[in-house]
Amino acid sequence: MSDYLMLGSKKFNSRLIVGTGKYESPEIMKQCFEESGVEVVTVAVRRVNLMDKSKESMLDHIDQERFLILPNTAGCYTAKDAIRYARLGREAGLSNLVKLEVIGDKRTLFPDNEALLEATRILVKEDFIVLPYTNDDPVVCKRLEEAGAAAVMPLGAPIGSGLGIQNPNNIRIILETVSIPVIVDAGVGTASDATIAMELGVDGILMNTGIAQAKDAVAMARAMRLAVESGRLAYQAGRIPKKLHAAASSPLEGMLT
Amino acid sequence: MEKIEIIVNGEPNEVPAAWVISDLIRQLALAGKQVAIEVNEEIVSRNQWPKQCLNAGDNVEIVHFVGGGERV
Repeated sequence: MSDYLMLGSKKFNSRLIVGTGKYESPEIMKQCFEESGVEVVTVAVRRVNLMDKSKESMLDHIDQERFLILPNTAGCYTAKDAIRYARLGREAGLSNLVKLEVIGDKRTLFPDNEALLEATRILVKEDFIVLPYTNDDPVVCKRLEEAGAAAVMPLGAPIGSGLGIQNPNNIRIILETVSIPVIVDAGVGTASDATIAMELGVDGILMNTGIAQAKDAVAMARAMRLAVESGRLAYQAGRIPKKLHAAASSPLEGMLT
Repeated sequence: MEKIEIIVNGEPNEVPAAWVISDLIRQLALAGKQVAIEVNEEIVSRNQWPKQCLNAGDNVEIVHFVGGGERV
């Protein structure tokens, strides 16, 4: 059975997307890419450091034949800034995909919904494939879909918190509400968090800190790959209903009297 | 040679008045690198670099990709 993650018209076997920040070294990051089986990695757009040329571009470490670069607008607090970063990312990366972030609050890094919608509308008109990082709010997700987003990326928990899926019911309602892919972005702390999200039926998961800051990032990258695959399989397999009491799985017939 | 002052990534820079963007890129050893350029908040695509002249007071931003994901 064909089972792909679709982003715009692009098709991916892996349902895991990873960030490229906060790894101990570029070598560790590369090993994590291998172990996690990712095909899409997200990068931030920043000024070239003209004083210190040793600060290389992230692209020096990423084989673009194998990994699709997904520029993001991390760190942007207004629609105007996010649009500017998105355009620069497209220019530098030569791909029209963008992970759109418009942050509304420094402490929680929650999105600014109004600005996010505005930026989505404008970027869609400019032929971007827009993947907005959003609250786990079904109404906002619906509005983003109407605005032309190619997927919605609700948070599981605050960015970098590792708290896991805080409101699985909202994620389920979002899945019912929109017909574009739903990718949980942010909050995954360990493998079970990823599996829980995938079991809800989401199309994919984006994570960074959960892998990059684990004690053994490379091992966690592998754990996350397996977790995402397990969750997807369990979702497709269809779990048994939950019951309050026991239901024996061995026959009573043939018991000794 | 006549010089003009421009701003590059927030820092003042003196360059020859006759320079186009490609000259600046070469001087900064960024030729062949995957960077994007804005002059006065307008993106200048790569095929325009050899044509677009630098003018006194231009605000040039040169960006590239750095590590980052869900949090920077």
